[in-house]
Amino acid sequence: MLNLSQLQPGESAHIHAIHAEESLFHRLNAMGFRIGKKIELVRQASFGGPVHVRLGSTDIILRLTEASRIQIARA
Amino acid sequence: MKRIALLGMPNTGKSTLFNRLSGASARVGNWPGITVDLMSAKILIGGHIAELVDLPGLYDLHGFSDDEQVVRHFLANNSVDLVMIVLNSSQIDRQLSLALQIRALGLPALLLLNMQDEAKRSGISIDIDEMSRQLGLPVASISAKYGDGCPQALQLAARHLEHQRAPISASEISSKLEADTQLEQQMEHIVKQSVQMPLQLTDRLTERIDRVLLHPWLGLPLFFGAMYLLFQFIFTVGAPLQEGVAWLLDLIRSDILEPLTASLPAWLHGLLLDGIYDGVGTVAAFVPIIVLFFLVMTMVEDSGYMSRAAFLMDALMARVGLDGRSFVMVLMGFGCNVPALMGTRVMRSRGMRLLTMMVIPLSLCSARLQVFVFMSAILFTTEQAPLVVFSMYLMSFVTIFLTALIFKGKMRSSEPFILEMPPYRFPTAKQIVLRGWLEVRHFLNRASKFIIFGVVMVWALTNFPSGVPAASEATYAGQIGQFFLPILEPIGIDAKLAIALIFGFVAKEIVVGALAVIYGLQGEALELLMAQQLDWVQGVSFMLFTLIYTPCLSTIATMRSESKSVGYTVLALGWSLLLAWVVSFIFYQSARALGY
Ligand SMILES: Nc1nc2c(ncn2[C@@H]2O[C@H](COP(=O)(O)OP(=O)(O)OP(=O)(O)O)[C@@H](O)[C@H]2O)c(=O)[nH]1
Ligand SMILES: [Mg+2]
Repeated sequence: MLNLSQLQPGESAHIHAIHAEESLFHRLNAMGFRIGKKIELVRQASFGGPVHVRLGSTDIILRLTEASRIQIARA
Repeated sequence: MKRIALLGMPNTGKSTLFNRLSGASARVGNWPGITVDLMSAKILIGGHIAELVDLPGLYDLHGFSDDEQVVRHFLANNSVDLVMIVLNSSQIDRQLSLALQIRALGLPALLLLNMQDEAKRSGISIDIDEMSRQLGLPVASISAKYGDGCPQALQLAARHLEHQRAPISASEISSKLEADTQLEQQMEHIVKQSVQMPLQLTDRLTERIDRVLLHPWLGLPLFFGAMYLLFQFIFTVGAPLQEGVAWLLDLIRSDILEPLTASLPAWLHGLLLDGIYDGVGTVAAFVPIIVLFFLVMTMVEDSGYMSRAAFLMDALMARVGLDGRSFVMVLMGFGCNVPALMGTRVMRSRGMRLLTMMVIPLSLCSARLQVFVFMSAILFTTEQAPLVVFSMYLMSFVTIFLTALIFKGKMRSSEPFILEMPPYRFPTAKQIVLRGWLEVRHFLNRASKFIIFGVVMVWALTNFPSGVPAASEATYAGQIGQFFLPILEPIGIDAKLAIALIFGFVAKEIVVGALAVIYGLQGEALELLMAQQLDWVQGVSFMLFTLIYTPCLSTIATMRSESKSVGYTVLALGWSLLLAWVVSFIFYQSARALGY
C-alpha cells in the first residue's frame, strides 16, 4: 500500500486510511482529508521540503512526515 | 445587551465582515491565523445596540492550539445570543462540518456563505433555501470584502436574535461532539442536495502564478529578489519624503516656534524646543516611511504569498528546529514584533512556540528600520545607504538562524506542519488605506506614550545638574555613559550613543529622537555633526547592536505574557544582549584590525 509521500507531482490517488493521533486526525479531517476523497500531489518543495496537495477546492501544504501517515490507493 | 459571535474556520473572512459590520479596524490578511485574540465592537442591529465579537478561526471545536482555546474559553464563559458562522463558499464541502458541530451544541446560529464572488467565478452554485431547510438554520450568501448581501445578512440576524443561550462548558462541548462520524454523513448529504460544483475546480490565475513563484529552483531566489525590490521601493520613495518632513519641521522651528518662545525662561525654552520638539520631530519625520512600509506589508500579507513563503522555506527552517510558519511570523515581525509573537498561538507544541518566540525579537521591525535609515543616511552615500540597510535585514536572518540552531536542542517539538494555501487575493484600496491609517494611529499612540517621555528624560539627563555644559561628561547622561564605557568602548560606542541605546530599550523610536536631543540639533545640522563625530565603522557597529540587543518594552511584555514564564523571558533578553555585544565586537575589532 502506498502513502501520500510516495506520490509523484501531477499524480492523484484516493485516500485510503489516515494514521494519526486524535488531534492531528481531527485537524486533517477538518482540512478535507477524508477517507475515499481524491487527492492530487501538485508539487514538492526542493531540499526535501513539504508537498503541495489539492483536495477538491482546498490546497494544503504538509511535510513528508505527515504525508507518510496518509495511505492512498492509486486511482 | 445582546451578544453576537463570529465563528468559522481560519481565513474565511470573519474579520473582514467584522470590520464591515462595525466599522472597526481589525487586522485582515490572507493567511490562516491572523486573528488570535478576541475583539469586540458595538453594532446597531434591528434598532438595538449589540456586541459583535470577532473570534480567532478554528478548524473544529476539539480545539488544541492556544488560539482555538481562546474560542472554547469564550464559549464556556459567555452567553451568546447568536453565532454567525462564516465559511468560504468555495470550500463548503468541508467547512460545513463546523456549522454542524455548532448546531449539535444547540447554539443559536446563522450560516453565512462568504466569498460568493470567488465561488461564482469558479462556477459553484449553492441552493440557499434548500441548504437552509436541510440544516434547519438560516443561511445567507455574502461577500464581506465587497459588501454584497451584508445588509440582508444583518436583517436576517436581527430576526433570529430572540432566544438566548447560556454559556456552554468545555465538557459539554466534548460530550456533545462525540458522534462525529454521523456529522460527516450529514455533511455529505447536505452538500449533495444543495451544492453544485464543477468537476475541475482550480483558480487558473493562482495556478499560473504559482508555477513561477513556487518553481523548484527559482522560488527562493525570486523570494529574496522580490524582498529586495520591495525594500528598494520603500527606501527610494520614503527617504526623500523623510528628508522633506525633517526640513519642514526645521523651518517651522526657526520661523515660527523660535520667535514665539523667545521670551520663555531658558530651561523651558530648552525643554520645549531642544527636548520635545526636536526629539519628537526627528521621529515624526519617519512617519511617511513607516506608512509606506505598512502599505507594502499589507499587500504582501493580503496577497496570500505568506503561505508560499512558508512552503519555500520550510525545509531550511526544519534544519534549525523551526517550520514554515515560524518563518512567516519572522516576516510579520518586520512590521512589529508584538503581533508576530501573538501569532505563534497557532502552534500547538510548546517547544515550537517558545523557539519561534525566541527568534522573533531578532527580526528587524519597522522601528529599528528608522534607526538604520537615519544612521546610514548620515554615514554613507545615497548609493551605499540602501545596501547597508538591506544588509541589516540579511543580518537579521543570520542571527535568527544562529539563535534557533543554538536553542533547538532545548526547545524540541514534534509539531506537525500542515498549512492551507489560499488563492492569491488582492486588497481593495479601502483595505490598504485602513491599514495605513491604523499604523499612523499606532505610531501616534506610541509617540504620546513612550517617545515624549523618552525624549524629555534624555533632555533632563543631558542638561542636569544645572551649571555644567549640556551633554558634557559632567551631566547625568555623561556620567551614565561613562559608567557603561568599559563594555561599550570595545564595540566603538561612545557615551552619547550609549544614552540613546539605554532609552532604545523602551522603544526603538526613541533612539533617533534621543540622538537629536543629545546632540542638541535637528535635521541637517544634526546629520552634519554626527557625521563629524562618528565614522562608518562605529556607525555600523551601533546599528548591529541596535538590531540585536533587545526588543522594545512592549515586545518584552508580550513575550512574558505569551510564554507565561519569567525565566524564559530573561533568558531571551540575556541571550540577545550577549549576542549583540559579540557580533558588534567581532565586527568592530575586525574592521579596525583591517585598518578601517
Ligand atoms: N474574494 C473575497 N475575499 C474575501 C472576502 N472576505 C474576506 N476576503 C479575504 O479573505 C482573506 C481573509 O480575511 P480575514 O477577514 O482576515 O479572515 P478571518 O476569517 O478573520 O481569518 P483568521 O483571523 O485568520 O481566522 C483576506 O485576504 C480578505 O481580504 C470575500 O467576500 N471575497
Ligand atoms: Mg480574523
